[in-house]
Parts: sequence; C-alpha cells; structure tokens
Amino acid sequence: MNRIGVFVCHCGTNIASTVDVKAVAEALSHERGVVISQDYQYMCSESGQNLVKNAIKEHNLTGVVICSCSPRMHENTFRKACSEAGLNPYLVEIANIREQCSWIHKDITTATEKAVILGRTAIAKVTLNTPLTSMESPVVKRALVIGGGIAGIQSALDIAEAGFEVDIVEKEPTIGGKMAQIDKTFPTLDCAACILTPKMVEASQNENINIYSFSEVSDVKGFVGNFTVKIKRKARYVDETKCTGCGLCTEKCPMKKVPNEFNAGLDNRTAIYIPFAQAVPKIATIDPNYCMMLKNGKCGVCSKVCTAGAVDYKQKDEFIEKKYGAIVVATGYNPISPEKFDEYAYSQCPDVVTSLELERLMNAAGPNGGTLLRPSDKKHPEKIVFIQCVGSRCDDDRGKPYCSKICCMYTAKHAMLIREKYPDTEVYVFYIDVRTPGKNFDEFYRRAVEQYNVHYIKGMVGKVTPKANGKIEVQGSDMLADEQLRIDADLVVLAMAIEPDKSARPLATMLTTQMDTNDFFTEAHPKLRPVESATAGIFLSGVCQGPKDIPETVAQASAAAAKAIGLLCKNSITCNPCVAHSDELMCNGCSACEKVCPYGAITYENKEFRMPDRTVAVRRVASVNPAVCQGCGACTVACPSGAMDLNGFSNSQIMAEVDAICK
Amino acid sequence: MNSKNENLKEQVLRASGVNVLKCMRCGKCSGTCPAYGEMEYHPHQFVYMIEKGDIEKLMNSPSIYRCLTCFACVDRCPRGVEPAKAVEAVRLMAVRKQDGNRLKPEQIPDMLDEDMPQQAIVTALRKYRK
Ligand SMILES: Cc1cc2nc3c(=O)[nH]c(=O)nc-3n(C[C@H](O)[C@H](O)[C@H](O)COP(=O)(O)OP(=O)(O)OC[C@H]3O[C@@H](n4cnc5c(N)ncnc54)[C@H](O)[C@@H]3O)c2cc1C
Ligand code: SF4
Ligand code: SF4
Ligand code: SF4
Ligand code: SF4
Repeated sequence: MNRIGVFVCHCGTNIASTVDVKAVAEALSHERGVVISQDYQYMCSESGQNLVKNAIKEHNLTGVVICSCSPRMHENTFRKACSEAGLNPYLVEIANIREQCSWIHKDITTATEKAVILGRTAIAKVTLNTPLTSMESPVVKRALVIGGGIAGIQSALDIAEAGFEVDIVEKEPTIGGKMAQIDKTFPTLDCAACILTPKMVEASQNENINIYSFSEVSDVKGFVGNFTVKIKRKARYVDETKCTGCGLCTEKCPMKKVPNEFNAGLDNRTAIYIPFAQAVPKIATIDPNYCMMLKNGKCGVCSKVCTAGAVDYKQKDEFIEKKYGAIVVATGYNPISPEKFDEYAYSQCPDVVTSLELERLMNAAGPNGGTLLRPSDKKHPEKIVFIQCVGSRCDDDRGKPYCSKICCMYTAKHAMLIREKYPDTEVYVFYIDVRTPGKNFDEFYRRAVEQYNVHYIKGMVGKVTPKANGKIEVQGSDMLADEQLRIDADLVVLAMAIEPDKSARPLATMLTTQMDTNDFFTEAHPKLRPVESATAGIFLSGVCQGPKDIPETVAQASAAAAKAIGLLCKNSITCNPCVAHSDELMCNGCSACEKVCPYGAITYENKEFRMPDRTVAVRRVASVNPAVCQGCGACTVACPSGAMDLNGFSNSQIMAEVDAICK
Repeated sequence: MNSKNENLKEQVLRASGVNVLKCMRCGKCSGTCPAYGEMEYHPHQFVYMIEKGDIEKLMNSPSIYRCLTCFACVDRCPRGVEPAKAVEAVRLMAVRKQDGNRLKPEQIPDMLDEDMPQQAIVTALRKYRK
C-alpha cells in the first residue's frame, strides 16, 4: 500500500499569488494513496523540511511529493531531508509549480488547475518509484587545465599549491596568452611582462605542474572524478628534452619572412622560432608551413648549428592518454578581424591598426623597440584617432551583439600612455558610451580626460579614407555638438570586439559542456555557480566564459581552482543512481543504443541463454557501465526493442505521468 | 504626444519597417552621411525624432529632400536600424500630403543637369520608378 505525503509550497508570494495553494493541497488529498496533503509558506526552510520529516515518521510515508520550485533548485534539499527521516531519497518527487506554472501564468484559475495536474502527475510517478542506492566512484587526484593564458596559469598554480598534480595543455609553443603581448596594464599601468613572466616561471618550476605546450586535447572520455583525456603533442621538430633555448638556430635560419604572430604580424620571424625572450618553455619550434627542409628537403641549417643536437625533422605528432579528476577550461579569446569593416580601411592602409597591434607598437620588445612609429613610414604620428566599439554591440553578422567590456579601459590606457610619453601628440577617442565600472576604473578614465587632455568625442566614425599625402581622413559625428567632424589623422586605432577562441566549440563538444550562441562557455548558474559548467567536474576560468579584464580573470581563475580543489580533496564521489540498464532477454544486440550514447557507457557482451527447447544460444546483448552512464536517457528512446530503461525515469513511470496529465 | 502625431508616427514606422528602438544613439549614420552638411536634421535625429513622435517637424524640414538615398547609413549602422528608410518614409508622407507635387518619370530627363550628383539621379529613379 502506498502512503504518500503531498506538500504544497507558497514560495512567499512567488507561487501563492498566482496559484491557490490551499485548493491544490485539498484537491491532491483525494488522489489515490495520498495520506496527508498540506501547504506551507516556505517548504525549503528548516521548519518546512521538518514538516516533511515529521510526516514521514508519523504517517509512515512510502513516498513524498513536493509541489514547489524547479527540481534544479531544491530537489537535493528535499532528498536529503527525507533520507534523514529514514526514507530513501529517490522516493521523493518534485512538481514544478513555480517556473513551469505560477511564473508563466497570470490567471489564478488556470494556474491552479495546472498546478493540480502537475501535482497529480508527480503522485502518479512516485507511486512507481523504487528505492535506489548511489554508488561511489574514486576520484583521480590530478587536474587538467586547457589553455595557458593568465587564467590557466593562475588556476594551475592554485591547484598545485594545494598539493595536487596539474597538467596545462597549451596549443601555442609557449604559455602566457594575450597578456604576454600587452605592454602595460590598466588601471595601475604596471608592465604586463613584469607581473606575468614571474608567474610563467613559477608554473614551469612548480613540481606539481607539468606543461604540455604546443599540444591540444583531442578526445575526452569519462565523467567527474575520472576523465580519460587524449592529448595530441604536435610535432615541433625539436626535441624538448635536448633544446636549451640558446636561440642560435633562430639567428641562422635563412627563412626570415614569416609573419610574427607575437608582434601581431607587424614584423617577421624565422621558420624556427622562440615566440619571445621570456617564453615558457623556452624551446624552439619549427613552423612546417615555412621551413624549407620540411617543405622541400633543402636547408638543414638549424640542425647543423644546434650544438645540443635537438633538431629532428622526422618528429611526428604524438598522442598521450592520461586520467584526470577535474578539468579547468581556460581557452581565452581573440580580437575579431577588422577586415569585414571596409569603412575603416584597415586592409587598405597600414596606419590603421588594431589595439593589440598598438600594444606591440608601443612595447619595448615590439617591432620598433618601444618607440611609437607609424607602420607605413616609421614617422611619429602627431594626431591619433581611436575608435571604440568596432564590431561590439553590433546587430549584424559582421560583429558581436555584446559589449567586449575591456576596450573602453584599454583605450583610455593607450590614450594616456601616448600623451604621457609624447605630449605633443593630439589624441581623439570616438565613443558611444564610456563604460568603466570597476575599482579605480572611472577615476582612470577621468584622468585621461582631465590630466592628459585626451579629446573624447561622443559619436561614431562613419568613414576612414587614406589620402595621398599620407594622412588618414577620419569622418565621424560629434553628437553633443551636432556636427560632422573630419580629422586628418596620422594613425587610427580600432578597438576590436573580442570573441572566444575558435577551438572552444569543438572542445565544448568533447567535454559535453554547454556554450551560448556567442561560443562563450555557459556557467552552471549565472549568479550562484559562475565558475562551474553544467557538466560536473568541468570548471571555467577566464575570458572563455565571457569578456573580462585581468583582475576579473585572475579572480575567476582562483575560484575555478578552489572548486577543482574541493573535488580533488574527496577520495570518492557519489554517483547518480538514475542510470540506464538493459533487459537482456529483450535486447537483440542491434547497437542502436551504443551509437547514441554520448558518454560511451554501453558495450556488448556475448552471453549464453537457455532456450525453451533446452538448447543453449549465444546472444549479443547490451551492457551499461553504471559508473560512466550519466542517465541522459538517449538510449532508452533509441532502443527499438524497449530493452533499455532508466532507473528513476522508467518507461512505465513516464507513461504513468503522461496518463495523469491526460486524465 | 498627441493622437495626430501618434498616428503619423505609426504610419512612418509601418511604411519604413524601421524599428527605431534598436538605435543605440552611436551617431555612425550621421558620421557617414555625405549630405550631412546640407541637412537641418541629421540621420540619427530622424531616428530619434520619429521615436519621440516629432514627425511634423521632419516633414516640414528641407532635410527630407537632401537625403541622397545613398544607403551609406543603412550599410554601416551597427544595429541594423536603416535610417535612410525612415527618412524615405517621412518624405513619402510629405509628398503624399502635397499630392500634386509628385514627380513623373518622364519629367526626370528634363531636370538633369551636369552638376546634379549621380546619386540624386539614381535616387530619383529609385523613388519614382513605378
Ligand atoms: C589590446 C588589449 C589590451 C588589453 N589591456 C588590458 C589591460 O591593460 N589590463 C587588463 O586587465 N586587461 C587587458 N586586456 C584584457 C586581457 O588580455 C584579458 O583579460 C586576459 O588576457 C584574459 O586571459 P585568458 O587567460 O582568459 O585568455 P588568453 O590570454 O586568451 O589565454 C588563453 C590561452 O589558451 C590557449 N588556448 C586557446 N584554445 C586552446 C585549446 N583549444 N587548447 C589549448 N590551448 C588553448 C591560447 O593559446 C592562450 O594561450 C587587454 C586586451 C586587449 C585585446
Ligand atoms: S631547416 Fe627550416 S627551420 Fe631550420 S634553418 Fe632551414 S628553413 Fe629554418
Ligand atoms: S567596453 Fe567600451 S569600447 Fe568596448 S564594446 Fe563596450 S562600450 Fe564599446
Ligand atoms: S541615405 Fe540619406 S541619410 Fe543615409 S547616409 Fe545617405 S544621404 Fe545620409
Ligand atoms: S547608426 Fe544606427 S544605431 Fe547609430 S545612431 Fe544611426 S541609426 Fe542609431
């Protein structure tokens, strides 16, 4: 005999203002098996939970239905309360009468009617619930950090300091990310390299950290606490264990016309290269697209000059496989290309540059040794125009719909640094809004205006025209003066929108995590779980989750590390018992389920079966690994024989729910 | 806003298909506009004044005849607002009101002179093709 308790929550006025909760409790009290049905103001409060606990004991309940908010909010709360009162936690069902009812309806009568139906549905299901027991699964005490920018470095350092092993997988030859390319950093204007390179060195020297540079993740299997990751170590044609980073090869390589990505393509490097002086690891890499030896077998100079004998033209990509308990994603961002924006003449004129290019133009290790010169004629620019929001806040397919968040601040930084170093330069900034929330940020921008006399113009530039005399005519509007301006500039700087790294989307698929429409990784909860992904064991760090400056990136990186450490501290984790299982007698071994399982949880076994005529037949049947199955239920739908079923969401339970709705 | 203006605004919005609420007041249209200097009200003001319902002011302004329908503003507006279409809709309302003032295609060749910008001819044809 079922003895079911029903509890209807008011959620203050969240539910009670649109649903007649008393009427719902009354209606549900007449359902079969229900022995107690009551309403309460806040079911999730301690006294609300005590109500459930006491009812379990008093009425000897075999099932509990809570009509409240989404199970994503409080299913665990109520499961825990019930198990404390001696009821198996999987004998609890939640009817979502808030998100799926009171919040989306206006009319009390219809909302109340729907709430009753949702309650009845949960009762129909709980009647068929069976007690389930969770299994434990061990946690591998090692973390993987994907991406070695400041976000990945910070997360790795924090996890390593807590005593766990960390591997960083970085697709470029060195860690450091975009911060390594930046000259000075707002709001304090300290040099980026001075604060970043010590961290890079710390990461390389920490015993717990292992850096796989020039490597990519190529496959991920498993689940929280127990991921198996395949890492592709791309051939760099230099033996990492032998190369001393002396750089002799880079001096001697005759192939000197390779665009230097570290200097944003503003100068050239050699085919064998070390990205920059403080690279970590400081190991040479041969670029196979340019190396003459690799392309047509002629040259071999680097191998001859290398005294360590490190050059190896025969090196191949290698794959390694390792296990991890937690994964931190820190794949960062890139500025979008200005090429689609014809009106700014970027492709026509070398003196129209992006902000990242400007960082390199001003950097002591940049193409001009830190003197700001125009790329075209190497002259000092006397008039510089900055254009903000290029491609940000854009409604068409050339740009991005969001605010890139960092460009107002770095443009103020650029303008100020230029006025400081070259006081005779005139600097104009076209802006739509100046967005500078953050500690000491607005003060920083005001300093650019008030102390450094940077001319801020509210309006956008419509057209940039390079002229024969070397000037660049910038035509834009000054909205406050209601004027159309024409400025003859020497240098134009575009604050480009930023976007997630292109490799992030395929990575998200491998990790089975979610992304938004802009390809930023989605956090488990936008307010309360900002550094966890919705997939257990995968954490988010830095700009891969959304636009951020360095202080925010580092804060989030440490938060992601704390969450990963929390997981790695555990010896084992409780697995979800709502997993699939197959009925061997019904399974015909067709492999339909294996094909749809996103986690690779299904394998097949040949099993002996006694047939009715007393012969023995060997049949191929599906078997689910409960430790790997995440209970998504894809296989139960795919199985043509109806052999697959999901604990806690069995076919019969779902049919009972449908029946209850249609009653 | 009185009901007459409300009605005018409604007509302009419907005729142009422009959603003025998408405008983020960046001024790029006015930064682009080749006819800016000739205009009393500039493209971004058209968008904003339509939002406010100031249609009559626009209808009575010579600005509506200064727009070249070059579509530079449409091309470059980051929010897809299409200001030229809004200008065109106001102009259409003015022309409708004046009625007799309408150009006939046959009149166009006679009106051509050397100084007339190419764009204006294209505009004239675009407007009165039918
Ligand atoms: C012009 C400019 C100026 C700026 N100035 C400032 C400033 O003054 N102050 C400030 O606070 N912020 C500034 N910023 C912002 C700053 O650059 C970012 O906040 C910071 O770099 C974000 O770090 P990150 O680690 O999240 O991303 P990134 O620096 O982009 O690092 C990501 C790393 O992951 C690697 N990676 C990507 N995908 C993969 C993959 N699939 N597998 C392996 N590795 C991968 C990349 O190669 C890279 O090394 C500026 C930005 C720009 C564009
Ligand atoms: S072999 Fe390739 S990388 Fe080495 S020196 Fe020659 S071109 Fe440069
Ligand atoms: S941060 Fe400033 S410049 Fe960048 S997109 Fe936002 S408003 Fe535009
Ligand atoms: S279409 Fe009219 S308003 Fe728009 S830019 Fe051209 S002339 Fe100016
Ligand atoms: S360009 Fe578009 S968004 Fe900007 S002011 Fe003009 S209409 Fe508004």
